[in-house]
Amino acid sequence: MALTKRLPLASLLQLSNRHLATQTPPPPAANPPPKAQAPPTPPPAQPQKTKFGPLKDEDRIFTNLYGRHDWHLKGAMSRGDWHKTKEIVLKGSAWIIDEVKKSGLRGRGGAGFPSGLKWSFMNKPPDGRPKYLVINADEGEPGTCKDREIMRHDPHKLIEGCLIAGHAMGARACYIYIRGEFYNEGSNVQLAIQEAYKAGYIGKNACGTGYDFDIFVHRGAGAYICGEETALIESLEGKQGKPRLKPPFPADIGLFGCPTTVTNVETVAVAPEICRRGGDWFASFGRERNRGTKLFCISGHVNNPVTVEEEMSIPLKELIERHAGGVRGGWDNLLAIIPGGSSVPLLPKKICDDVLMDFDALVAVQSGLGTAAVIVMDKSTDVVKAIARLSDFYQHESCGQCTPCREGTGWLAKMMNRFVAGNARPAEIDMIWELSKQIEGHTICALGDAAAWPVQGLIRHYRPEMERRMAEYAAKHGDAPQKVSASGH
Amino acid sequence: MSSVQLKRLLVALNRVKQHGYIPKCKQSTAAAAQPKKEPEKIEVFVDGKPIHVEPNTTVLQACAVAGVEIPRYCYHERLSIAGNCRMCLVEIEKTPKPVASCAMPVMKGMRILTDSPLTKRAREGVMEFLLVNHPLDCPICDQGGECDLQDQSMAFGNDRSRFTDNEFSGKRCVEDKNIGPLVKTSMNRCIHCTRCVRFGSEVAGVSDLGTTGRGSDMIIGTYVERLFMSELSGNVIDLCPVGALTSKPYAFTARPWETRKTESVDVMDALGSNIVINTRGGDVLRVIPRTNEEVNEEWISDKTRFAYDGLKLQRLTAPMLKNRDGYLVPCDWEDALSVVAERIGRLGNGSKMAALAGRFCDAEGLIALKDLMNQLGCETVCVEERFPNVGASIDLRSNYLFNGTIAGIEQADLVVLIGTNPRYEAPVLNARIRKAFIHNDLQVAVIGPKIDLTYSYEHLGDNTNILSDLASGKHAFSKALNGAKRPLVILGSAMFERPDAASLYASAAQLSEKLRDVSSKEDKEWRVFNVLHRNASQVAALDLGYKPDVKSIIDLKPSLLYLFGADEGLIKREDLPKDCYIIYQGHHGDRGAKIADAILPGAAYTEKHGIYANTEGRAQQTHVATTPPGKAREDWKIIRALAEVCGASLRYNDIDEIRERIEQVAPNLTRLDSIEQANYFKQNIELLKQHQSSFHNQPLTPPINNLKDFYMTDSISRASLTMAKCVKAVDQQLKSQHRN
Repeated sequence: MALTKRLPLASLLQLSNRHLATQTPPPPAANPPPKAQAPPTPPPAQPQKTKFGPLKDEDRIFTNLYGRHDWHLKGAMSRGDWHKTKEIVLKGSAWIIDEVKKSGLRGRGGAGFPSGLKWSFMNKPPDGRPKYLVINADEGEPGTCKDREIMRHDPHKLIEGCLIAGHAMGARACYIYIRGEFYNEGSNVQLAIQEAYKAGYIGKNACGTGYDFDIFVHRGAGAYICGEETALIESLEGKQGKPRLKPPFPADIGLFGCPTTVTNVETVAVAPEICRRGGDWFASFGRERNRGTKLFCISGHVNNPVTVEEEMSIPLKELIERHAGGVRGGWDNLLAIIPGGSSVPLLPKKICDDVLMDFDALVAVQSGLGTAAVIVMDKSTDVVKAIARLSDFYQHESCGQCTPCREGTGWLAKMMNRFVAGNARPAEIDMIWELSKQIEGHTICALGDAAAWPVQGLIRHYRPEMERRMAEYAAKHGDAPQKVSASGH
Repeated sequence: MSSVQLKRLLVALNRVKQHGYIPKCKQSTAAAAQPKKEPEKIEVFVDGKPIHVEPNTTVLQACAVAGVEIPRYCYHERLSIAGNCRMCLVEIEKTPKPVASCAMPVMKGMRILTDSPLTKRAREGVMEFLLVNHPLDCPICDQGGECDLQDQSMAFGNDRSRFTDNEFSGKRCVEDKNIGPLVKTSMNRCIHCTRCVRFGSEVAGVSDLGTTGRGSDMIIGTYVERLFMSELSGNVIDLCPVGALTSKPYAFTARPWETRKTESVDVMDALGSNIVINTRGGDVLRVIPRTNEEVNEEWISDKTRFAYDGLKLQRLTAPMLKNRDGYLVPCDWEDALSVVAERIGRLGNGSKMAALAGRFCDAEGLIALKDLMNQLGCETVCVEERFPNVGASIDLRSNYLFNGTIAGIEQADLVVLIGTNPRYEAPVLNARIRKAFIHNDLQVAVIGPKIDLTYSYEHLGDNTNILSDLASGKHAFSKALNGAKRPLVILGSAMFERPDAASLYASAAQLSEKLRDVSSKEDKEWRVFNVLHRNASQVAALDLGYKPDVKSIIDLKPSLLYLFGADEGLIKREDLPKDCYIIYQGHHGDRGAKIADAILPGAAYTEKHGIYANTEGRAQQTHVATTPPGKAREDWKIIRALAEVCGASLRYNDIDEIRERIEQVAPNLTRLDSIEQANYFKQNIELLKQHQSSFHNQPLTPPINNLKDFYMTDSISRASLTMAKCVKAVDQQLKSQHRN
């Protein structure tokens, strides 16, 4: 999972500084630790559509998401893959990019950067260097399980997408960087690539278009940070997976020093369908600026955890009730939901009641769509412990390159683990808030932000619960916090 | 994208391809931009103050131009940009996040705020994170007093601590590494700036140091415990912004504010690296580099840095005379001088006298000795290192200088190394070649054995025929050679010890002249021919008219031999007539003193004002950091006193007068810190035409080809315990199963 993609504001802003000042969304308000919850800003006006979802079966892009059919070339072709790919490629790079721009597709890795625009950065006058497309299949974000479904059950969608996206950028080759743990997925993708080579769809003169395009699979070694695009490039080059400084951006100097675009699996996999059915078809789903269909991964305390393709902007409650069989013990048993994978702030039930699942609506409630990995927590959850576990995760996955993240993630984890028992003073809640602000936005990549946000979300919505625990602990053990290591570190 | 940008990208791409990272390239961009018109300057605002800077400068450099110093840990001008400490974060108007100023290029109209609340908060935050796991052992830390972390936490840190978690789980602990006898590690103090790692891989060219682990478990080290095998390893001590890497020999010796600092010049090789000698109460406590862009930038070799303990051992502290039993016994100066003068007087005239100067002699001592000898009628005044007597030989300075200059290596596009291993003969010069190799795509060719020079090169072989093949254009490499616009031919002085030195020299000079015909089209002033000397005294000695011919002394069968710091053991007792009286003047009881009948104790380079000319001919002077031990005295004064007793008249009584005398003979030696250029290549070539080449078959092999032999090469380093430990450590490393 591309970290940069996952984190809406940070990376979007970073890119937009250079490329499109007008598209910059407002920066997140640097609030003092809120004692009470900030009122959600109203979602932007919806000119045409007011109801989103459920998605009709004929509008589904991923028709073998559950692996009930043959994923090999024959089965894929029966579901429409590789249909008129040659014609799409022959329409040329400008047409493809235009169609993707029209569709309003935003990157599915997390940051939600407009894909058409990103791909168009690659179309600079040639300077003799080859260009590369890199597919980020290092899906490591806790809660996320969409790319693996594509890779194991619909690999040809991805490969066809690589060809089309690659052609749109003028890429010579494509590298698919697959998370090390995804053994079967890597193997399926590799087999599918071989099938496509055999059928002449890729390789020399791909699909008979005269365009040469190779696809290589590279398997990672299981580091979360390698989902960050520049760390992924480093790892692909055979070095330690540590993010690079930007600028220069990968579109200028990327893989092996050549212009490179790193995109998420899902983004690329929907491209052929967009080209076949037209950008306008894709744009007919979801709200303005949040177009299309999306894979939602619903996990946690639901009756029926599932990965499902749905229309963007579907209400969160409807998504869970319709596809995941509802929250365990009924909607009223809901405590909180993390709507976009572990790195976005959680939302308490009050907000979950009516929030829409798209980029802008979730930013408006100070969370994010991220990878659309919906983690549901019912009232049996120890919410502080849940976030402490995430802090442990980020401490473990920090690459250690830059100071705020290396030192800060560990510090957060230590404090969060004490907060679980309440072995702290209430003033330390303000301190951890400040610490998280000291990490956020001060690091090379977005992992620092990702570590800070869940903690900030917890404080924003569950400060009374944290204070209650501290008071309870103090009552039991006396006023001074006990000097016992609460963390395992 | 403009064509300029495109070109930059391509250059960057090449570097990435070759080296895996984008090294900083001040020189190369400057050089690339030179021929065309100057790129337009960009206006940026630092705290509201408008300044104009070149495009592609970083925000941090722009702030420096504006006179604002940005705090930093990982950033270092001579290393690639890592951008990982985040201390240099500054606010830039209209960007939501603070940016790392060391890595961010300036853009037109950028408004940089170095003192805004956001910037201050960012620094405070980073300081807090750096300190949370940093041990509070400043009282016992050798970096104390010159610690960036200490200084910057005072200047930019918060004034109170909130490390509550240290009460619960303590600070991070990391095992110390043993990376050799020179660099002491204290890894708890490490702030992971990776300067040492980058120095190793970029400047020193050894990839011994690296990082293992991830996050807060990240560790700097060698992975498997082993020696940091570099001749430049000591520089990581200066680079380390905290006390994680400190000097082992200097450990727990002194605080920086207690020491007296004397700016001086190194004499361990012929580069004349600029140094600062730290002393306290007459002891040299350590030697650290001083920045001189033209010579050593800010690096020095390990021998320069650590051989100083040799200055306290094996010293000659009193004059000595041989007694009847053949033992040297200490005596007074009066006795010694009168006995020596009597011996000289006994000869009548100087025709049977000879003098030999060694590698550490300063120009003052050299001129005084030469004047004395000449006045006594002795013309056999030689210097240890040989030089072939062919063509104009030492009559033209351009024949024996490193004419292209050390800094000139960065302008060169091709270097041919003949019979030299610069890595061990002049490590800092080798680092400069490596720098040019990385940043400017310098091509290097080597005639000599296949050796590890830390950069890749075209190995032309070690045969003498190659030189004539190259000159005649028969060799496969000739095409590349003749295509070079700014080539340098570097001839190692070790080759002058060969029997066919004259032919070797002549063909190298002829080849250089041929290349100069091509290069002069590009740059009229470009000098191709270079001699890389090994001895600090050599150029000054040749400038002053010393003969580079030890053999003439043996041929003379002298009755009296005056050894002035000559410790190479080139003349043995057996080579001389039985009754030859040997006087040794110098500072160490080494090979010269061993065969002497009388000993006059002199001063080492840290104990005198002395002029040394480096291999480029650049005159630089040392200063008195400590007084000579015991009865030892400054060398020229000893000779001046001896002259008085002998009845010779040397007309100088103080340092200014002797320098006036030097100016009469070699005016370039008194023009300190500048290079007097020499330019008689054509004339020499005319003379060389008469030379009939005849080569010997033995391969062109420089004497030192591995690190072990680098450490102990002269009387000071042979007396140094630290250097002996280094030799042992390398020996063990080579025997270890983890050798390279």
